[in-house]
Amino acid sequence: MSLIKTDNLTFEYIRRDDEGNVEGITRAVDDVNLDIERGQFIAILGHNGSGKSTLAKHLNAILYPTEGTVWIDGMKTSDEANTWNIRQTAGMVFQNPDNQIIGQVVEEDVGFGPENLGVPTKEILERVEESLKTVGMWEYRKHSPNKLSGGQKQRVSIAGVIAMHPKCIVMDEPTAMLDPSGRYEVIRAARALNDVEKMTIILITHYMEEVIYADKVFVMDSGRVVMHGSPRDIFSQVDALRELRLDVPQVTLLAHELKKKGLDIPDGILTIDELVNALKRSR
Amino acid sequence: MIRDITLGQYYQADSVIHRLDPRTKITGTFFFIVTLFLAKNVWGYVIAAAFLVMSIKLCKVPFKYMVRGMKAIVILMLMTVVFNLFMTKGEVIFSFWKLSISKEGLENAVKMAIRLTFLILGSSIMTLTTTPNSLTDGLEKLLGPLKKVKVPVHEIAMMMSIALRFIPILIEETDKIMKAQMARGADFDSGNLVKRAKALVPLLVPLIISAFRRAGDLAMAMEARCYRGDSGRTRMKPLKYEKRDYIAYIVIILTLVLCIVFGRNAWWMA
Repeated sequence: MSLIKTDNLTFEYIRRDDEGNVEGITRAVDDVNLDIERGQFIAILGHNGSGKSTLAKHLNAILYPTEGTVWIDGMKTSDEANTWNIRQTAGMVFQNPDNQIIGQVVEEDVGFGPENLGVPTKEILERVEESLKTVGMWEYRKHSPNKLSGGQKQRVSIAGVIAMHPKCIVMDEPTAMLDPSGRYEVIRAARALNDVEKMTIILITHYMEEVIYADKVFVMDSGRVVMHGSPRDIFSQVDALRELRLDVPQVTLLAHELKKKGLDIPDGILTIDELVNALKRSR
Repeated sequence: MIRDITLGQYYQADSVIHRLDPRTKITGTFFFIVTLFLAKNVWGYVIAAAFLVMSIKLCKVPFKYMVRGMKAIVILMLMTVVFNLFMTKGEVIFSFWKLSISKEGLENAVKMAIRLTFLILGSSIMTLTTTPNSLTDGLEKLLGPLKKVKVPVHEIAMMMSIALRFIPILIEETDKIMKAQMARGADFDSGNLVKRAKALVPLLVPLIISAFRRAGDLAMAMEARCYRGDSGRTRMKPLKYEKRDYIAYIVIILTLVLCIVFGRNAWWMA
C-alpha cells in the first residue's frame, strides 16, 4: 500500500470582508491526486501561490480537505482520532528556521517531539543522539539555537522530526530563507536521509537545482498538478516550465538553447558532466 | 553583538551550587528570606551571614560580579535607610533643624540595610547559578500541586520558556526594523519624551505584527510535533534530587532553626 495517497484533494479558502461576509472563495488546491510509495524522494515544484504549501499542510493534518480524501499510511486525515498518529507518521519541516525551534538548547529542541509522544527518558536521549548524528549536528547539542546559522537551524529542525521516528518527512520550502551554502547543507541532509535511512522525503521548493535528484517531480500551478514525472522528463520541457514561471537549472537551459541552435544534444540535461559528455559526443 | 546577550544574569561556572537542583535553590532562597525576617538580634544576623558567606564561597561566582547586581537597588536602599533613620520615634540621640535621629531609628536603619543587602545577595546567588531554563523547570515542578486547583502551571512554564527563547530573536528584529526606519529618515533619539514615544510607534507596529506571525508559525510547528499540553508528556531531563540536594536542604533548615532559636530573643540576651 502506498504511504501517501490523495484522492481528488480540493481545498478552498473563504475570503471574508471586515463584516465577515463572504467575498469570494479561493481554490488553493484543486483536484490533486498523489500516490507516493515508501522510500521515494518526491519533489513538489511551483512558484509562489501555486498551492504547494497548502498541499503540504494536508499531509500533516494541519489542514483538512474541503473535498476529496487524504490517506497517510492508510489513515484518513479527516478523521480526528487519527490526527496525532498522522503527525507522528508524517513529520513536517517548515520554512522559517527561527519559528519552529522551541528549545533553548539544541538537544532540548530535538527532544521536544519525543517528549510529546511520551517516550521514556532513556529512549529520548538515545533518539536525540541518533538524530543529531544523522544530520551532523551532534557536536552542537549544547549550543543555543540563536547562535547557529540558518542551514544549521534547519538541520536541527530536521533532527527534531527524525527523533519522532516518522515514516516520511514533508519539507515545506526548508531552504527558502537560506543562503546558498545553507541550502546545500539542508538538501545534502535530506538526500542522505533518503539514501541511507530510506526515509520517504517530500520536498517542496521553488529551486530547480534541488529537485534533480528526486525520484519523481510534481509541478503545481494555481492549485493543480500540471506536470509530473522524472526530473529528466520534466526538464525536457523547458518551454512549458517557463510558461509556468519556473526557471530550469542553468545547465539544462544552456543545453536547451544549444539544441535549438542545431547542436546534437539530448533533451533533459541535468548536470554539468552530462552536458560535457553530450558535447564531446556531438563533435 | 546583540545575539550574544545573556538573559537573566547566569554566570557559567562549575560549582556545587550550580549543580544543585533548581527546586533546591528556589526553596533555599525562600527559606533564607524567611530567616532574614525572623532574625531579631545580632545572633540571627550572624547566622544568616554565615550561611550567606558559605554560599558565596561555594558558588565560585566572583564577589565583584555579585556586587554589580546591587547597584540597581542602591537608591531604594538609601531611601529605606533615610526614612527609617528619621521617621522612627524614640529616644533622641542626635538632632538638627527639624530632623532628629533616635536610637531605635538608627537600629532599624542598620537592620534594614543589612537585611536588604543579604536579601539581594542571597537571591542573586540563585539567579547567577541557575539558567533561566532550569529555573522555569524548577518552578513548574514546585508549583505542580497547584494543578489540582486548575492553575495552568505547565502552560505558564511553557510560555515563560518560549518567551525566553524569543527575546533575543525579537531584540534582533527590533534592531533590524529600527535600522530600516532610520534608513528612511526616522529619528529615534531627539526631541522630548512625547516626541520620542511617538517615534516608537512605527517601530512597535511592525514588531507586534511580526511577533504574532511568529507565534502562529510556532504554534503550528508545535502541533506538527504532536504537542498537546501536559497530558502524556515525558521529560528528556527529568529533575532528580541527588545527595547534594538533601545536604543542602539540611543546611538550609538548620540555618532557619538556629535563627529561630538564637535569633529571636531581645537585645539584652545577646
